[in-house]
Amino acid sequence: MDNARETDENTDRPQIPFKGMRARVYWPVSVAAALLVGLLAYGLTTTGTDTTLDSAMAAGERVAPPSRSGLPVLGGRGSRSLADFEGKVVLVNVWASWCDPCRDELPLIQKAHRMMTPRGGTVLGIDVKENSGAALDAVEEFGLTFPNLRDRDGGYVRKWGQTGYPESYVIDRKGRVAAVRRFPVTQEWLDETLPPLLDEPA
Amino acid sequence: MRPVLAALLALALLVPVAAAATPRASLTDIEDEVMCLECGTALNVSNSKVADQERTYIAELIAQGMTKQQVKDALVAEYGPRVLAEPSDSGFEITAWLVPVLAGAGALLLVGLTARRWRRARVAGPGPAGPALDPDDALRLDAELAAYDR
Repeated sequence: MDNARETDENTDRPQIPFKGMRARVYWPVSVAAALLVGLLAYGLTTTGTDTTLDSAMAAGERVAPPSRSGLPVLGGRGSRSLADFEGKVVLVNVWASWCDPCRDELPLIQKAHRMMTPRGGTVLGIDVKENSGAALDAVEEFGLTFPNLRDRDGGYVRKWGQTGYPESYVIDRKGRVAAVRRFPVTQEWLDETLPPLLDEPA
Repeated sequence: MRPVLAALLALALLVPVAAAATPRASLTDIEDEVMCLECGTALNVSNSKVADQERTYIAELIAQGMTKQQVKDALVAEYGPRVLAEPSDSGFEITAWLVPVLAGAGALLLVGLTARRWRRARVAGPGPAGPALDPDDALRLDAELAAYDR
C-alpha cells in the first residue's frame, strides 16, 4: 500500500499533493538560493575593507599607491593626482570638516606642511563626503595653505583601505607609499616619519 | 452633511492644483530620498554630523528657491550619484531593482503551481482511505459502537 504514495500522477491512484512536485520545486529554489548567496558574497567582498596597504606596511615594504587617479581640486578647476607631485614627499591627509578628530588634527597637518614645503615636500588634503562650501569654510577657518582635492563619495579613499577619519598616508620621492596612519597623527609620529623621507634623494 | 462633503471634495480637487502651482521643495520631502553618505542610512533617520551638514546644504538650496529635482541634481553634482537613496538603473546596482521583481515572480509561480496541483488533487477525489482495518480491530470497533448506541 505504501507504494501508492510513490506512484506518479498518470496512474489512477489518487495522488498526494506536493509529493511529486517536491523534486521539481527543489531545484529552482536551490538555484535562487545559490544566486542570492552569491550576490551577498559579492556585496561583502566588494564593500569590505582592503588591507593590502596595511600588510605591506607591516612587512616594512614600500608599495605603489592603490590609486593614482585624479580628483577634482577643492575650490578650483580641473583635477590633480599624485602624479602631479612626483619627486616630492607627500603627506596625504584624509579629512572632513564634520569630523571632530580631523578638526583637532588640522592645525598639526598645516604645521607639517609649512615644515615640509622648503624641504621638497607637501601636504595633499583629500576632503571626503562634503559639499565644497563647507570644506572651503574649514580651509579658511584653519588657514590651510596646502592643496586639497575632493573625494565626494569616498570612492577614492576606499581604495586605500580607509577605515575612518582622519587618516594619513606618506608618499616617498619615488612615488611609493612609505607610511600609513589609520587614525589622527601626533607630532611625535610626524617627527619620526617625515624628516627621514625628506632627507632621501629623489 | 452634504455641504461638508462638497467642501471636502472641493478641497481634494484643489490640493493637487495647489501642489502644482507651488513646486517649492521641503526638507522633509527630500530627506527620505537622500542618503547620509557616511552612515549608509537615509538622511531622515540619521543624526550624525555628516547628516546635519547635508541637511544644512539642502536647506540652503531650498532657500535659493530650487525645486525638489533641482535640489537632487545639485546634491548629485556635489556628492556624486550615491547620495540618492534610490539605486541607479545601470551597472551592478540594477540588481536592487531586479532581485525583488524576480523573487516576486518566482513566488507567484510557486503559488500558481501549488494551487494547480491542489486543484488537480481535489478533482481526482479524496485521498486513499488508508490501510484496511485489521479484522480484530474491526470487531472491537463494532463492539465499541454497539456499546455506545446502547
